[in-house]
Amino acid sequence: MELIILFAPLIGSLICGFGWRVIGEKAGMVIATGLLFLAALLSWIVFLSFDGTTQIITIMRFIESGSLSTDWAIRLDRLTAIMLIVVTTVSSLVHLYSWGYMADDPQFPDVKYKARFFSYLSFFTFAMLALVTSDNLVQMFFGWEGVGVASYLLIGFYYKKQSAGAAAMKAFVVNRVGDFGFALGIFALFFLSDSIDFSVIFADMPTIAETRLHFLWTDWNAAEVCALLLFIGAMGKSAQLFLHTWLPDAMEGPTPVSALIHAATMVTAGVFLVCRMSPLYEFAPDVKLFIAVLGGTTAFFAATIGLVQNDIKRVIAYSTCSQLGYMFAAAGSGVYSVAMFHLLTHAFFKALLFLCAGSVITAMHHEQDMRNYGALRKKVPFTFWAMMFGTLAITGVGIPFTDIGFAGYQSKDAIIESTWGAGNMYAFWMTVIAAALTAFYSWRLVFMTFYGKPRGDRHAHDHAHESPLNMLIPLGVLSLGAIFSGMIFLNSFFGHTDQVAKFMGIPVAEASAVAGGDHAAADTGHGETDSHATAEAGHGEAAEGDHGAGHMVFAGTPGEGAIYIAPDNHALERAHEIPWLLKLSPTIAMLLGLAMAYLFYIVNPKLPVRLAQSQPAIYQFLLNKWYFDEIYNVIFVKPVLLLGKLFWKRGDGSVINGFLNWLAMGVVPFFTRLAGRAQSGYIFTYAFWMVLGLAFLFTWMSLSGGAH
Amino acid sequence: MLTDSILSIVTFIPMVAAVILAVVQRGTDEAAQQLAKYYALFTTTVTFLVSLGILFQFDPSNTGFQMVEEGEWLMGLTYKMGVDGISVLFVLLTTFIMPLVILCSWEVKTRVKEYMIAFLLLESLMLGVFMSLDLVLFYLFFEAGLIPMFLIIGIWGGADRVYASFKFFLYTFFGSVLMLVAMVTMYSISGTTDIPTLMGWQFASDSFSVLGIHVIGGLQTLLFLAFFASFAVKMPMWPVHTWLPDAHVQAPTAGSVVLAAILLKMGGYGFLRFSLPMFPVGADVMAPVVLWMSAIAIVYTSLVALVQEDMKKLIAYSSVAHMGFVTMGIFAANEQGIDGAIFQMLSHGFISAALFLCVGVIYDRMHTREITAYGGLVNRMPAYATVFLFFTMGNVGLPGTSGFVGEFLTMMGTFQVNTWVVFVAASGVIFSAAYALWLYRRVAMGDLIKESLKTITDMTPREKFIFTPLVVMTLLLGVYPSLITDLIGPSTAALVQHYDTALEAAKTATQIASH
Repeated sequence: MELIILFAPLIGSLICGFGWRVIGEKAGMVIATGLLFLAALLSWIVFLSFDGTTQIITIMRFIESGSLSTDWAIRLDRLTAIMLIVVTTVSSLVHLYSWGYMADDPQFPDVKYKARFFSYLSFFTFAMLALVTSDNLVQMFFGWEGVGVASYLLIGFYYKKQSAGAAAMKAFVVNRVGDFGFALGIFALFFLSDSIDFSVIFADMPTIAETRLHFLWTDWNAAEVCALLLFIGAMGKSAQLFLHTWLPDAMEGPTPVSALIHAATMVTAGVFLVCRMSPLYEFAPDVKLFIAVLGGTTAFFAATIGLVQNDIKRVIAYSTCSQLGYMFAAAGSGVYSVAMFHLLTHAFFKALLFLCAGSVITAMHHEQDMRNYGALRKKVPFTFWAMMFGTLAITGVGIPFTDIGFAGYQSKDAIIESTWGAGNMYAFWMTVIAAALTAFYSWRLVFMTFYGKPRGDRHAHDHAHESPLNMLIPLGVLSLGAIFSGMIFLNSFFGHTDQVAKFMGIPVAEASAVAGGDHAAADTGHGETDSHATAEAGHGEAAEGDHGAGHMVFAGTPGEGAIYIAPDNHALERAHEIPWLLKLSPTIAMLLGLAMAYLFYIVNPKLPVRLAQSQPAIYQFLLNKWYFDEIYNVIFVKPVLLLGKLFWKRGDGSVINGFLNWLAMGVVPFFTRLAGRAQSGYIFTYAFWMVLGLAFLFTWMSLSGGAH
Repeated sequence: MLTDSILSIVTFIPMVAAVILAVVQRGTDEAAQQLAKYYALFTTTVTFLVSLGILFQFDPSNTGFQMVEEGEWLMGLTYKMGVDGISVLFVLLTTFIMPLVILCSWEVKTRVKEYMIAFLLLESLMLGVFMSLDLVLFYLFFEAGLIPMFLIIGIWGGADRVYASFKFFLYTFFGSVLMLVAMVTMYSISGTTDIPTLMGWQFASDSFSVLGIHVIGGLQTLLFLAFFASFAVKMPMWPVHTWLPDAHVQAPTAGSVVLAAILLKMGGYGFLRFSLPMFPVGADVMAPVVLWMSAIAIVYTSLVALVQEDMKKLIAYSSVAHMGFVTMGIFAANEQGIDGAIFQMLSHGFISAALFLCVGVIYDRMHTREITAYGGLVNRMPAYATVFLFFTMGNVGLPGTSGFVGEFLTMMGTFQVNTWVVFVAASGVIFSAAYALWLYRRVAMGDLIKESLKTITDMTPREKFIFTPLVVMTLLLGVYPSLITDLIGPSTAALVQHYDTALEAAKTATQIASH
């Protein structure tokens, strides 16, 4: 079943991409979409029937050399199961949506493009599934770069546009910077544990954490180095601060692509990597801190840029960047389950927002500038409501102190509480402030698009129309996810220790038993049924709100269960003890953002312009995205090109060839004169020398009596 | 017996065929030209099919030389051929590539007969290099192989062919002289030219001083350096790489393909056959220098590739960068490094050949290699754009293509030896993405605006046919690399073990001597 999930999209992609000339474009699209829905269905079956035991399904051999031995294999544990449903669900909905969205594209008046598009989408899905199902780092790297290529192809889908080609290339190259770190991390881990299989590395982690690794100029703690190197890869893929510049440009791709790749799935691969490698990160506290700080900073930084962007897709792109920052803040706090929680809910509501944006864009005849929207609520009512749900989810609307709220309310508040639980006040405040900014830009988007008066092209507005059914169904399904996924999964991801442990397949033990050093008690938790029973018992007590006697702690060894939580990591439990005022703070921040947006874009629409004019420096700074592109151009792109020219003209040209010319002019004529060279060119000179050499060799050997 | 002398048969089929073609064919009309093409295609295909017999007979678990043939030759010299896990795949690479090379020369109009003779001769000589087990024989093949290449560049090449062949000559000349001197020295010490015997020979490694310079590793280091001069030029390694871009630019497409796919591999093969097993102490002494030269090569030539204006030069520079991974892997001197190096050479044989063929496809149509002359080709040439992108990704080292495995293993091997070198080399991975994708963007993407390109046509069935086996190999080896590592693994393991033992022995000997 897992094999069908993995390979169905690949088969769909191949049939659709290469076979459409034979079977027709439509048949290709039907096959690709159908296989994706099949994969989605099977993924849900796998997810719901998964019992918590890690399974490994070997497919065939991969790279083998000396002590290195890797296979193509599927590792099925809770993390994989979560990713399977996220990827296949969103992907199949995006396939369906694309039937409508890509129906007639003005970019390609006379070329058949739909089969190509569906083929790329399916190929992406395959690569993403290969990434999340991997049981070793190399296969993961395969998926990692595979999704990169799919992203490259899809960003550059409108190949006639110069900007699309540039954005595609930028995405790939910036991601390569991350891959550079990722690859080094793999080498380091292989060097340390002589394997790149997750199970072996995880089992070795306690030893690795004690090892000093000589890397570059000095010795380091091995775990910290590996963790940092892998995280550099995650930063690239997940567009974290400093390596984020490709994501906004990636909006050059068609909108369904933005929804699937640049919001719901591919960009979350970095978060998945950190969670997958939790046994490593648990032994690397410094890197964890760095991740949480960088995540918090990204959440804040990207949100500030999102405040002032006018392109509807760019606003959502920066929002994605910011939300990824949230996930890293949670992962860096050591509450990996919450990072995965937000990954899940975010996939639903962010895909929803993008697809709604796509629906608006189609309605407005490919206009993306929000300044030309306005009053679209009546024109596209269904899209409006879907967008509303998405916005309520992302801004985190819910009833404080209850478990009732939209998906983002559950997962985002869980992150903010987790950062507090880990004692990281910087990440805490950054994420709280970012929550206010999120509310502002999200509502700004809604108000500018659906409320107020129609702006821009009168004709476009008059002819704005609701999208066809194949685009609206995905919006409906994702809306359900945006509303309910948080409430359904809250306890599994952010419940008490025993609930999370049960969901993730980690053994638990009585806190007192472990504290007392009684390992026998901890061991009882290892057995499958035992752990189940203990978890059940713990569940009941937790429901009663009793944290005293039945207090549980994670008792797994690294590699046991889907994630590993070190015995000294109490962030999850402490997160639940957050003071009520702080617990309320994200909601307050959200309301503040909403109020500001209401004031700026409903009550007094002239206010934003006046504010921008009165604070031109800040406005320009934000509008120009903190000038990252400009700075990178000056400190990286230009010097690299200059260096290339220098090496070419001066290095190869003046120095090396110059030396040769000197040699040729000075030394060679001397020898050739000596040999009385014939005037017939160098080839013959060469042949002459060779023959001379051979003649010398033969003569000399014959004289000395043959070879033997 | 046929199976007993299969190596000689494979080696000499093309040469005998070339002689027959030279003697028998008369006339230069259209029909004769066509016949010469079909004849060469037939010969190279037969050679390839026969060479598959080598693969079937080959026993990977045997790390010694197999299918060995030995006999007396001229003036008491020995003729000895054989293959082991390190050489067998280079033989197959050669016979695999040659039919494609003939096929891509279908549009050659001038001196077709001579052209085909040159390529057939070249094939025999290249095969001889990978199979000969005698120093003199090796030297003969190694040096003689350059003559047809000179002729190919010199007669069928571009405008500046004299300059290019002049440079080629200068470089190889110095390398060869030094290698010859070293061979004579080896013979005078050991009294044999038998390569397997020499691989087990321990040349003196006591340090001494020459002209006031203290030579660590003594004679072994000197012998190593002499061979190194020749092989480094062939690779080519930085900073003796500047002949390659010129040679590629001037060579006809088929010449570039042979040069990139096979001739460049002789340097790497030489390191594995001679430098590591025969002069382990010398190799060990020089390894840090070579590793750094490799790392510099990767970054330096990648940067230079970034700013090229000529497509062929760009790919030529990228070849140098990829060969940097090869030398790095070899001198990491562990199993991952050497497996990776061999893998990288084979993979580069397919990918770079395909990239030069890609350039050839549009050069045949537009007669220019200037990048700025193109743009938006995907609009009129979708099949070409697909193939070109595929091999661009292979060149970038995308996992799933063969390009990845070699780079990955060499870096993994080197990490265990020197993290700085890997750090520098790995940054080449970023630059390779930059130059390769930038090239692709400028050539294939964008709207088709240029007037001159408005009538360009997509690949012909013949061209598609040439690319098919290369695509298959690139994918197959990328997804299932065990096809290669199973064959080479035991031999590399033996090589590494031999290398380590010899180093250990030399070290003990020095310690005993110093006591």
